[in-house]
Amino acid sequence: MTTAAVVKPSKPWQASPRQRLNSALVYIAAIMTSYLIVAITPMKGKLAYAFVFFAAFIVFDFALNLFSRGFPVAKDAIARAVVAAGICVAVFPILSIIATVIIRGYHGLHIGLFTHDMALNSVTDPVKQGGLLHALTGTAILVLVALIISVPLGILTAIYMTEIRGRFMKPIKFLVQAMSGVPSIVAGLFILSAVVYPITKGYSGFVGSLALSILMIPTVARTSEEVLLLIPNDLREAGVALGGTHWRTVAMVVVPAAKSGLVTAMILGVARIAGETAPILLLTGGGDKVNGDPFHGPMGSLPFYIWKSYSVGTPESITRAWAAILVLLVIVLVLFVSARLLSERRSSK
Amino acid sequence: MSDEMTTGRGPGLVSSLGDVARRRFESKRVTTAVQGVGLEARGIHAWFGDRMVLEDMSLDFWSGTVTALIGPSGCGKSTFIRTLNRMHEFIPGAAMAGQVLLNGEDIYSSGTDVTKIRLKIGMVFQKPNPFPSMTISENVLAGLKLAQLKVDNKDDLLEECLERAGLWNEVKDRLSSYGGSLSGGQQQRLCIARSLAVRPEVLLMDEPCSALDPGSTLRIEETISHLAASMTIIIVTHNMQQAARVSDYTAFLLSDGGPGKMVEFGPTGEIFSRPKDIRTENYVTGRFG
Amino acid sequence: MSQALLSAAEGAVPAKREITTKPRFSDRVFRAVVSGGALSSLIILGLIFFFLAFQGYSVLRSQGIHFITSSNWQVVQDTAGNVDPKHTQFGIAAMLIGTFLCSLIAIIVAVPVSVLAALFLNFYAPPVLKKIMVAVVDLMAAFPSILFGLWGFFVLMPSAEYWAKLLHHFLGFIPIFKVDPPIFTRSPFVAGLVLAVMIIPIITSVSREVFSQTPLDRIQAAYALGATRWSMIRAVVLPYGRSGVVGGAMLGLGRALGETVAVYTVLNIVYQVNWHVLLGAGGNVASMILLKFGEAGPQEIKALMAAGLVLFLLTLLVNLGADLVVRRSGGKGR
Repeated sequence: MTTAAVVKPSKPWQASPRQRLNSALVYIAAIMTSYLIVAITPMKGKLAYAFVFFAAFIVFDFALNLFSRGFPVAKDAIARAVVAAGICVAVFPILSIIATVIIRGYHGLHIGLFTHDMALNSVTDPVKQGGLLHALTGTAILVLVALIISVPLGILTAIYMTEIRGRFMKPIKFLVQAMSGVPSIVAGLFILSAVVYPITKGYSGFVGSLALSILMIPTVARTSEEVLLLIPNDLREAGVALGGTHWRTVAMVVVPAAKSGLVTAMILGVARIAGETAPILLLTGGGDKVNGDPFHGPMGSLPFYIWKSYSVGTPESITRAWAAILVLLVIVLVLFVSARLLSERRSSK
Repeated sequence: MSDEMTTGRGPGLVSSLGDVARRRFESKRVTTAVQGVGLEARGIHAWFGDRMVLEDMSLDFWSGTVTALIGPSGCGKSTFIRTLNRMHEFIPGAAMAGQVLLNGEDIYSSGTDVTKIRLKIGMVFQKPNPFPSMTISENVLAGLKLAQLKVDNKDDLLEECLERAGLWNEVKDRLSSYGGSLSGGQQQRLCIARSLAVRPEVLLMDEPCSALDPGSTLRIEETISHLAASMTIIIVTHNMQQAARVSDYTAFLLSDGGPGKMVEFGPTGEIFSRPKDIRTENYVTGRFG
Repeated sequence: MSQALLSAAEGAVPAKREITTKPRFSDRVFRAVVSGGALSSLIILGLIFFFLAFQGYSVLRSQGIHFITSSNWQVVQDTAGNVDPKHTQFGIAAMLIGTFLCSLIAIIVAVPVSVLAALFLNFYAPPVLKKIMVAVVDLMAAFPSILFGLWGFFVLMPSAEYWAKLLHHFLGFIPIFKVDPPIFTRSPFVAGLVLAVMIIPIITSVSREVFSQTPLDRIQAAYALGATRWSMIRAVVLPYGRSGVVGGAMLGLGRALGETVAVYTVLNIVYQVNWHVLLGAGGNVASMILLKFGEAGPQEIKALMAAGLVLFLLTLLVNLGADLVVRRSGGKGR
């Protein structure tokens, strides 16, 4: 171990300080070029900066690599720049969306959002009046009912795919995928035609939840399937070898082992439907008052409130819409992050 | 692996392997004069994360010879061979120290173009891995396309490489069928032909026969013997008979739970018949490993 | 071994023994319950088809093929206020074409971006950056569509209008880029861009998944032959991942075809066939349903159900295509 004390690990394949300096110079030169060209030509706007910067960067980087390391490396450098531009284009909208929602929605936030509903106010009233209570409770009820319906079905489907592996595995896999592709408005129309017109003959939260369940089942089923597939086979064999019946093995060994993963699947399913708008517009009626009964009367919800406020189109109502979107975004974010944390904890175990 | 070990046990093995190797070495010495050092490893250490897996390897690989690296699993021989053409750095968290000199120049020095290094130091992997989306001839010439090299007569190069890899007669009528249609042994020779097409000076082989049946193994070994005259070959193997059959020099690596170290290096005949270190003797006689 | 060969040669292979177990009662119940649950997807899809067809049948019957080939949508009432079935026409051709147009724009924009992004994530990004970016992209896939709609309307549209004018300025000689009269707001182009933003995360994560399964030994073989990163990607990763990318694109297409709210907010729905992508007039079956639903009478509702059926079958078809493409991927390149 004496040599180990002397010899230090190094990573000679990483860029040397000189190479780092060179690439920094390329960046600086490209930025300067973009300012220069935008200043002296009629091009304008942020996009022009970005575009010229990108073009200049490619040219400079190509030239640098061509002279120092030859054509293949220079070509590789272009590819690297193009690929990096791809991820920038893919990620930019999300940053823009989050920034927009925070900046525009921030003005509409006040503590009353969580204590008042809109029964006594209209969306064109000053922003500080009224609140989202009806929408929040409505969304919670819609989601809860949808959860009760779709989680058993989704998880049963996943168990069929991983534990029973029956004859219909392939068709069912396809059907689940096809179901995840069902447009949300079609789900709404279906509930309308199958439940609302012939049976209930009126709006209610419950029928909205039915439509949401159609959208949620495939998400729950697919995520649960992935989770159950990760359960090592020896666990199952151990259960069966101990004399457990198939049913007991699944219920006592497999499902508990996948518990946190199944919770993740539920959370992702909720995130999928929490902001779903189209079927809600067709089915729930969207009241302005807190309604705790999913089976009777119109039920408000966040997406409905956002839609309504946006459609009215006055400055107050649009601010309300953004504030509600901010709340919705936070809900989705919290759900998403908790799903991540759960699955991360699971994989690190 | 257990097969090799059980057949390797038994009295008289040391001398018989030593005989195989010595005969080969001596016949070789007559035919090829030693041409100089092809590749030199100078004080190579390797790490994965904080764990040192290879300590202070210094070895000269002579042109026109075959050097075998033997040792039990986990002794760092694969890691070592991967440092020789800079494949080591693909593993996340990898680090190294020391130098690898090709014709006197350090392949790790900054400013070296790593793709050019890999053109000069080719590699054949454990599992045959022809590109399945390419035909046999495209596979052989893949290196030219990948490294963007130009060559005047592709057909001649194709034939030459397949010939040298000992595959030409078997595939000359179906050059445009896909690489995956060949048998395992043929695929591995196709991979050798593919490495030859970019005219490397050194060929690294990481257990090239471990996924093959004995017949195919024999063909590959013949191919290695033919190639050895014109290039430097370094082969990692689990199979001691194979080391004795094909190599001129042998290095024995061992890890005592810590980093792998070189125990002994010498002409293959001596390693197998008169090992200086007791651990080498124990290994080549199959007492452990 | 030798015995088996011998008997095989004589043609006297013993018949395979059937291994049977008599399942316990509890296990049979278990299997029945799970299979029943698993069949829910089949039942639900079947019910969707049945009820939409049931409700839309009369309209489809009276309109026949014109339902998807004509662009007339008018409800004619007689003097008594009853719907006159003879003159009432329902045709969704304009909306179907609009749907395709918007989705096509979305695919054309989203697929290259997504593939590049997926390549970056798999082969270029440092590990920490990769982790963050993957989370960001996945998060984006979970965003509700109304969010994209409003963002598209308030933020993207002004910029997109400017880009549309640039396109018109430089490429106006190409027929589809003609804009007459010069109305650039709320065009299929803008709707296509919003849809592209929506499906980029979907296609990116499918592509990333496929690319990450590229066998490591092939990647290493390419590098060992002196490949640069890009030539390795072209020779190994793209052939391997091609069919997966196509499958991902089809999934994205399915989503784009059926999108309602996001398109509704940014697209000016006009009931006429419009091939000029930059012109502020277009259509989309899903948002048409939402638009017409509010003031629709009973007969018109039936027509909307029929339109929903067409949309449903369309997305089913696209998903079937995606499934076939991904399943067929056992061949070349794998």
